[in-house]
Amino acid sequence: MDKREMICIVCPVGCRLTLYEDAHREKGYRVEGNQCRRGEDYGIKELVNPTRVLTTTVKITNVSLNRLPVRTDKPIPKGKIFECMDILHQVEVQGPIRMGDIIIENILHTGVNIIASRSME
Amino acid sequence: MYDVAIIGAGVVGCSIARELSRYDLKTVLIEKDTDVANGTTKANSAIVHSGYDAKPGSLKAKLNVQGNALFDQICKELDVPFQRIGSLVLAFEEEEMKIIRELYEKGLANGVPQMEILGKEQILALEPNVNDRIIGGLYAPTAGIVGPWELAIALAENAVENGVELRLESQVTNIEKQGEGYRISMEGQQIDARYVINCAGVYADEIHNMVAAPSFKIVPRRGQYNIFDKSVGNFVSKVIFQCPTKLGKGVLIAPTVHGNLLVGPDAENVDCKESRETTMERLAFIREQARKSAPNLPYHGVITAFAGLRATPDTGDFIIEEAKDAKGFIDVAGIESPGLSAAPAIAVYVAEILKNMGAIGREKWDFHPMGRKMIRFMELSDAEKAEIIKRDPRYGRIICRCENITEGEIVDAIHRKVGARNMDGIKRRVRPGSGRCQGGFCSPRVMEIIARELKMDMTEVVKDNPKSYILIGPAKSSSVLRENLDAAAASKTW
Amino acid sequence: MKEGEHMLNYDIVVIGGGPAGLAAAIEAKKNGVDSILVIERDRELGGILQQCIHNGFGLHIFKKELTGPEYAQRFIQQMQELGIAYKLDTMVLDIDENKVLKAVNCRDGFMKIQGKAIILAMGCRERTRGAIQIPGTRPAGIFTAGTAQRFVNMEGYMVGKKVVILGSGDIGLIMARRLTLEGAEVKAVAELMPYSGGLARNIVQCLEDFDIPLLLSHTVVDIKGRDRVEGVVIGKVDEKRKPIPGTEKYYECDTLLLSVGLIPENELSKNAGISLDPVTGGPVVNESMETSVEGIFACGNVVHVHDLVDWVTEESRRAGKNAAKFVQKTLKKNGICFRTEAQRGIRYVVPHRVRVHPGDETVDLFMRVDDVYSNMNIAVRADGEKIKTVAKKHLAPGEMENVKISVNSLKDRKGGILSVSLEKEGV
Repeated sequence: MDKREMICIVCPVGCRLTLYEDAHREKGYRVEGNQCRRGEDYGIKELVNPTRVLTTTVKITNVSLNRLPVRTDKPIPKGKIFECMDILHQVEVQGPIRMGDIIIENILHTGVNIIASRSME
Repeated sequence: MYDVAIIGAGVVGCSIARELSRYDLKTVLIEKDTDVANGTTKANSAIVHSGYDAKPGSLKAKLNVQGNALFDQICKELDVPFQRIGSLVLAFEEEEMKIIRELYEKGLANGVPQMEILGKEQILALEPNVNDRIIGGLYAPTAGIVGPWELAIALAENAVENGVELRLESQVTNIEKQGEGYRISMEGQQIDARYVINCAGVYADEIHNMVAAPSFKIVPRRGQYNIFDKSVGNFVSKVIFQCPTKLGKGVLIAPTVHGNLLVGPDAENVDCKESRETTMERLAFIREQARKSAPNLPYHGVITAFAGLRATPDTGDFIIEEAKDAKGFIDVAGIESPGLSAAPAIAVYVAEILKNMGAIGREKWDFHPMGRKMIRFMELSDAEKAEIIKRDPRYGRIICRCENITEGEIVDAIHRKVGARNMDGIKRRVRPGSGRCQGGFCSPRVMEIIARELKMDMTEVVKDNPKSYILIGPAKSSSVLRENLDAAAASKTW
Repeated sequence: MKEGEHMLNYDIVVIGGGPAGLAAAIEAKKNGVDSILVIERDRELGGILQQCIHNGFGLHIFKKELTGPEYAQRFIQQMQELGIAYKLDTMVLDIDENKVLKAVNCRDGFMKIQGKAIILAMGCRERTRGAIQIPGTRPAGIFTAGTAQRFVNMEGYMVGKKVVILGSGDIGLIMARRLTLEGAEVKAVAELMPYSGGLARNIVQCLEDFDIPLLLSHTVVDIKGRDRVEGVVIGKVDEKRKPIPGTEKYYECDTLLLSVGLIPENELSKNAGISLDPVTGGPVVNESMETSVEGIFACGNVVHVHDLVDWVTEESRRAGKNAAKFVQKTLKKNGICFRTEAQRGIRYVVPHRVRVHPGDETVDLFMRVDDVYSNMNIAVRADGEKIKTVAKKHLAPGEMENVKISVNSLKDRKGGILSVSLEKEGV
């Protein structure tokens, strides 16, 4: 690879990034097209170790709705998304729950927690 | 042993059932689908024709005019929406004015009251949105619009209240002559009846052929329509026809009893008796035809399209008679347009046939003609709204936000005599899902109410018949895998 | 009023407890109005955000990437802390030009409510199959993307196993990912236009991540299946968006999701006699977010469909603040009056009227373009004279644009037309 194009997904602006291999840079790449610093970080990470924030729901009982929305508190490796889903499909929690409550700690040894993304009483 | 078995619970079968429920008879109404009014009755122009169209002397002509006159009383008794708004046939050239005069003459011969031939200015004064290139037309003030499925449902309900038995999801698979009557076989059940009335719509020939030599054929003739949002519902105030041609009565524009606008149909013979799909070409054709009547037709207001099948006979007229080689088996077949308009008169006519056969005796002393009124929340005054919510708080919860339909109305529709059992059933009775959002917002909540009231699971709630499932199951989860989870939790593998 | 009929009185009545209504109510309260009522038709506050469990909300307002429910919760909490009254499961049936509302719910029954000011925040609804005229059968298994989202994310039910999505709006893209994560096979997303209606990031993280094909310039030309969807036929379209014969391809599926646009929900506005813009489908508003009926304000998707909830919040805060001023009789009227006009390349501009008062700082114009463009300038002219240009590398109809104009450039004019158009760079 000497050049790769991608769209930054850090925010809704969606900058069109171009990455060049550049041995002189600390991280080994030069990023163009980003409007902010996060774009550069994203571009390089997307090449080296792409990650995503996973959002989904788990079954909840004892409250008026059936599903509790949850999310990873940090991005997890893209390749682990379905493995994560398999675990979350088996989870059942009981209300009440507060937004931010940890539902699963350190999922798949990634250092990432699954947290509730809303309160339910 | 039943006295009479009626096969098919469309508007014709339901009209006959209700008419026969006046008499001391044991009657059963048999329907293959999960609900009444599920065939041609649910997809047609919803018009009560005045009766100038059919050939003088035909059954169509006679029963149309007679039927039209019966609508006020029946719809009042059964609380069915019906408005006598009148119809106009438009003529764009001299040649067409000739047809207008022919229609007028036919109308006179058929006994249609109050018709008038109008000039351009008179028509434009009545209907400012029609094409100003017209030169004249025929005005028939007795034409009307009706809720066809509401009518059939109300008729069925009143029939059941007066002792008729309704069997849904009972497809007739065989009919055999047996002793003094017939044995009718359905999936998993058999019944005997002295007289059989065949109101099977597009399937009437197949039912006839089960007991008699083929004597007619029913060709399903598809018609497609568009429905427009209520915001443009007052685009016309009368039923607007074009001059009939060899191809049919042409595309009409009409308000509906619910305040929408209806445009259609075309006419296309199809092979399959379930071919109710719409097609791009035909809808485009209808649009083009309708623009001839009203160039500014607000097509941005379309909310849905549908297609229905007319039961067109190869005989040219309604077939209402005892089958020649099957005594006591009465065909009521080929009831294409103006079948809806004629339905009340067809019922009386069939009762006469049965009387002449000696099948009908006394009228019942306790026949009750009045249907139980439906509460239509939005038609109530403010004070009445306040009152009904006090009495039953479920009328204070709006489920359908396009048409402001309350939970109270939906629950009532489920628990009535011929109650709704699925989404389409609810939609036909109280209209959630008929508005501009087409059920987007309310369908989850309507499903919830059906599930709760009929004590079933959400996933068992269907759109129409049993195979039309809506949800495939709970989101992946839990209970099945509980054990694995517990094991996983125990070992703290995550 | 008839005897015995009870009238509730509030300074401000907000119709809708979604992001727009919440932000407007909170801002009105912060600006000194205490008597406020928020009316919500659903069973909880937060509106459609509660079913948008994905992240991506709040980057502008909170500088954080939140999920829909997290974004909503911040406002709900603030509502409660500020003690703003609200009624859930309550439907407004009618508003008249005197700002009297009729509403119903199970607990209070039928209510008449008088507001000194009203804020319309009813949001929008999804376009349906009928509105875009897809022919074919009418089986179960056809859902708008938002309805499917509610079923899956809130009710906890799956809507299908094999799915085709028509329309590449954001909800459609988000649902492609969501259903894939829940085990469904999303066979394709078909888009009538030659470009996607959704955000670029959603194409990447919802489609490309899961190898879901995006078929641009394609549409569903037929639906098959009598009881439940059995398949759809997708065809390519020409530049006039007409299907090209011979390009049809059959996709076996049990579900068709529609993500074909949103329409502001303005039936109540019509009852109140408010003028609507035929392009946005929402009320005509001025710089205060006031409609053509004095004292009735509007904000959020009921005015025009926004791409980001952050802009809804901003706009609604403006409506709430100005409604408070109206109640306190300090809302400036008159001023130098401009009418905004969308010209070449621009579909619409909100607000429709701009009144400039000495002492104001900036005027915000929001707009959407009519096609995909690159390297263009957005030019604003006051009575023909260019007063502002903003260079844009990339413009798309799916993304809302915002131009700030300094009042200094307007305050010495007589008023007239404030036009916005696209120009080639360097012109």
